[in-house]
Amino acid sequence: MHPALSVIFFTTLSGAGYGLLALLGGGIALDLWPRDTTATLAPLAVGLTLASLGLLASTAHLGRPWRAWRAFSQWRSSWLSREGVAAVATYMPAIVLGAGLLDTSGSSTWSPLPRICGALLSVGAAVTVFCTARIYSSLRTIPAWSNSLVAPVYLLFASYSGGLWLWLLSTVAQRGAPGADRLGLAPALLAGMALVAIATALLKLLYWRHIDSAAPRASIESATGLAAFGSVSAFEHPHTEQNYITREMGFVLARRHAARLRAVALLAGFALPLATIATALQWPALATVSAFAALISGSLGVFVERWLFFAQARHVVSLYYGARSV
Amino acid sequence: MTMLPPPSPRKLGLVIDLDTCVGCHACAVACKEWNDGGQFGPLPDEDAYGAEPLGVWFNRIHSFEVKPRRDATGNGPLQELAKTGFAENAPAMTVHFPRSCLHCETPDCVTVCPTGASYKRAEDGIVLVDEDKCIGCKLCSWACPYGAREYSEKRGVMQKCTLCVDRIYNESFAESERQPACVMACPTRARHFGDLGDADSAVAKLVAERGGVALMPELGYAPVNRYLPPRPRRAGCDGTPAVSADESLDRSQLSPLLRWVDKLLSR
Repeated sequence: MHPALSVIFFTTLSGAGYGLLALLGGGIALDLWPRDTTATLAPLAVGLTLASLGLLASTAHLGRPWRAWRAFSQWRSSWLSREGVAAVATYMPAIVLGAGLLDTSGSSTWSPLPRICGALLSVGAAVTVFCTARIYSSLRTIPAWSNSLVAPVYLLFASYSGGLWLWLLSTVAQRGAPGADRLGLAPALLAGMALVAIATALLKLLYWRHIDSAAPRASIESATGLAAFGSVSAFEHPHTEQNYITREMGFVLARRHAARLRAVALLAGFALPLATIATALQWPALATVSAFAALISGSLGVFVERWLFFAQARHVVSLYYGARSV
Repeated sequence: MTMLPPPSPRKLGLVIDLDTCVGCHACAVACKEWNDGGQFGPLPDEDAYGAEPLGVWFNRIHSFEVKPRRDATGNGPLQELAKTGFAENAPAMTVHFPRSCLHCETPDCVTVCPTGASYKRAEDGIVLVDEDKCIGCKLCSWACPYGAREYSEKRGVMQKCTLCVDRIYNESFAESERQPACVMACPTRARHFGDLGDADSAVAKLVAERGGVALMPELGYAPVNRYLPPRPRRAGCDGTPAVSADESLDRSQLSPLLRWVDKLLSR
């Protein structure tokens, strides 16, 4: 599949944004997050900005973006429509939560309303990312996408990239603090983030192993209905130039460099951020620099991973254009 | 509304005869011409006369080579081939293969549409795009296994075969012309239009008689269109090649005049 930048930015930016909002909302709902206006407002604003940028990027993929409002209507059948509805609905608890933060009456714990908003924010963000994943995993025409690993991969990647943002924002907020407080997040939380990183990388490895070894879903013989006659191969294409189908679904570049790009995604996305987490735990004074490096490197890895997700996926229509089985 | 309607008894579609199709592209051209000016047009091309012309066609004609299947020892599945009359030592054959929307009974291209632009008609099963509602997200084209939907860069919307819905019910046409443009244009009558939901219709009988097949049934889209497989090749029926390899000339078969010419030329 053609890896359109608009769709890659949509899934990675909104993934990070909703991941950040889900973590923040969960922290507030469980009363784990400090009742502090700036410490809460910063991740809330950054999360909403990232999610909004991602949604805006997705409209760049549209032929008629000013009609995008129509996409909220078909939630009964379409995961794309459900994603739109969930994305917009998630703004509501975020706005109420944000408005509530302006009341700085000094309580050190969260009152019930923000905790409910936090829970709704967390659930809404997770549902939105799940819907994003289902847009792709519901397509039976693309075997690399329509499998049960895609949704968990999207959810884990969202929480991981959201976690990287949360860490950076927390270290920046506490850069003047003494000792281990400069870590931004509690050492246990950082260790938890390292575990999420490892789990995400392992799940992605499992996904890659699955798409490399899965039995083909259809063959050129079944696509042409000529199986009874023998082996079929494309002899002459209908057109001498490209058409929409070959441009959109016939992308081959990534499959040639897949192994190298997968290594880049794992090293930049996970190995380097894990090293920076270890560095920060060892030398808390370096926490902000480490968190910044982790975010930059991790985002690059996630970008490469998402690019591969699109570019490596083969569509069954390529059977009509020379592929033997997909 | 992108929820699928309840299954309709009427299933309009095409039956394409792979035996008689000669790959002339007349159906594709007639389709482009009609639909450029029809209700669902225009079908503008980018760079139409330039180096890389690109534009929407609802119908594309592929050509495939089919070789009798052989195992490692050079033998084919004889029983299977006997059914098709395709001899084991037969040469490869070319099959011309028009590809367009199959107006599936359970098409994901309709259900994935976020706006309701993509829909399947309850009354006859035709799958259409309402171009006034389409946002050009292209998801429906990703959901189609058959490559039937093409996005128009010029118009910013998805376009697809309409089964010439603006012809087949058009009362300003003579009854005989209320057929899709591709069917009208086919010089070898390789394309047939009708109601595949009616077992007594001409197309349904044709499918039953010739063993018409559905494409990629394993994907579960339940296409309505059927393809009629090539008939057994005459040369392949008894395994005797129509032309022998050494091309020896049997002089006794020749007329006296030709025998004399042959003698003269053979000196």
